[in-house]
Amino acid sequence: MNEESWIGVALTAARPQAVGALLRYFRNLDLAEEAFQDACLRALKTWPKNGPPRDPTAWLVLVGRNAGLDGVRRARKVEPIPSENVISDVDDVEGPLAERLDEADYRDDVLRLLFVCCHPDLPHTQQIALALRIVCGLSVSQIARAFLVSDAAMEQRITRAKARIAKAKLPFETPGPSERAERLTAVAAMTYLIFNEGYSAGAESARARFCDEAIRLARMLLRMFQTDPEIMGLTALMLLQHARSHARLDKAGEFILLEDQDRSLWDRKRIAEGLALVDKAIRHRQPGPYQIQAAISALHARAQNPKDTDWPEIEALYAALDRMQPSPVVKLNRAVAVSKVRGSAAALEMIEPLASELSGYFYYYGARGAFLMQLDRKEEARTAFNQAIALAKSTAEAAHIRRHLDKLEQATL
Amino acid sequence: MRYTILCYGHEDAVGSWSKEQEAEVMSGLEAVGERLTKAGKMGMSLRLLPTTSATTLRKSHNPPLVIDGPFAETKEQLLGLYIVDVRDLEDALEVARELGRANPHGAYEIRPVALYSPDRRHDAAS
Repeated sequence: MNEESWIGVALTAARPQAVGALLRYFRNLDLAEEAFQDACLRALKTWPKNGPPRDPTAWLVLVGRNAGLDGVRRARKVEPIPSENVISDVDDVEGPLAERLDEADYRDDVLRLLFVCCHPDLPHTQQIALALRIVCGLSVSQIARAFLVSDAAMEQRITRAKARIAKAKLPFETPGPSERAERLTAVAAMTYLIFNEGYSAGAESARARFCDEAIRLARMLLRMFQTDPEIMGLTALMLLQHARSHARLDKAGEFILLEDQDRSLWDRKRIAEGLALVDKAIRHRQPGPYQIQAAISALHARAQNPKDTDWPEIEALYAALDRMQPSPVVKLNRAVAVSKVRGSAAALEMIEPLASELSGYFYYYGARGAFLMQLDRKEEARTAFNQAIALAKSTAEAAHIRRHLDKLEQATL
Repeated sequence: MRYTILCYGHEDAVGSWSKEQEAEVMSGLEAVGERLTKAGKMGMSLRLLPTTSATTLRKSHNPPLVIDGPFAETKEQLLGLYIVDVRDLEDALEVARELGRANPHGAYEIRPVALYSPDRRHDAAS
């Protein structure tokens, strides 16, 4: 890796903490971003000459702060502009600054920066775009391409989202424990949203990168909140799901069911990290929704063969999840586990009451059709599959159901 | 003399590598590993998962305390290690320099090995 790309990586890695600290200092998102940008330009100039600093984040915060202040002064035309040497010459002060900027400060800074992006007034897609731009540092055109809109349209969306945030009161006071927990919950949810936006688009899509960005954010949150079992669960959940990304679509881009996937294509390194985090989280004995979902993913990951899957345990975990966060979708997933443990009749009985709530849900009719097919109720199965196809959001989903219908036809002939 | 080369670096930077950057660094390190193997110097090597997956057992408590995270919060983290069998410190440093050309970021701590137990999992059967 050449020096330039190494510096690029270091700047990307430092970005959330540095922009977060600069936001606390300037109390203005645009100023903070500009100051960081300025610091990056100076880093590209001075790091190759002097070598990278031991603590790139502290360097960027200090240089960004000086540069930003300089910009403010220039705007006011009060003081002469300091020379480049003065702005970038921070070697002597880097140490003490790094100590002052201890982990607790960074933690609240990064949390604030992310929390600002998930402002409840903003629609989810804008929250995601904003976080990817400001926190992860993706370019506007990278985000635009992923969302299939023009650069100009994305630029406008981000500007509008920022304007909305600027109008709201930004939370600059140091949060108390309950506020911190509240922010962390919101930020975790947004991180998972970013992940799902990438995951649902598939490994070949321009959005696939969102998965890596979300995992990077989660690892960062976990480094700052090392003992939070839900953040362990969230990180594990994303790692374990992402481990399957190269096995879940076939060459034609069609969705492959978990039990039909080539498990040798699963990413063993991601699985190892995910399983380690699930193990760590369980020790805390404070179950939460991310942990339970991660534990379910872990049971799939641990099964070398689909037939080795521990379905009774998966059913128990879905039951626990449904108690914690009652939802018809969770009940539907539980029913799929029930069909493996106690058969399709029991599963079908479980999902009957969900019909009205899930009447617009593709997977409901897909699962219903599969249960009916197993019970040899062909006509009803066909009706359910046709309903599913009508609700399919992608050609892959539709094609998957069509294969079931073909099987039904062959059985009838 | 056996030396261990402990690899330190910013794990958040390593975690930000693109797939291409990762492949480039790993193939560079692999090439050095092959040269060392031919020279009869290469012992085992390993790469660690991020410190977020670490757990620490504090033995100063009774019973020992289990804590989430790495033992020390440092700017740079222990990312992996090599064991090499070399003539002397100069030779070990030369290996580290060569590895450093393939992966220039961070630092290597070079320390002599006092006791080396090889992988003994195969002994379990006999």
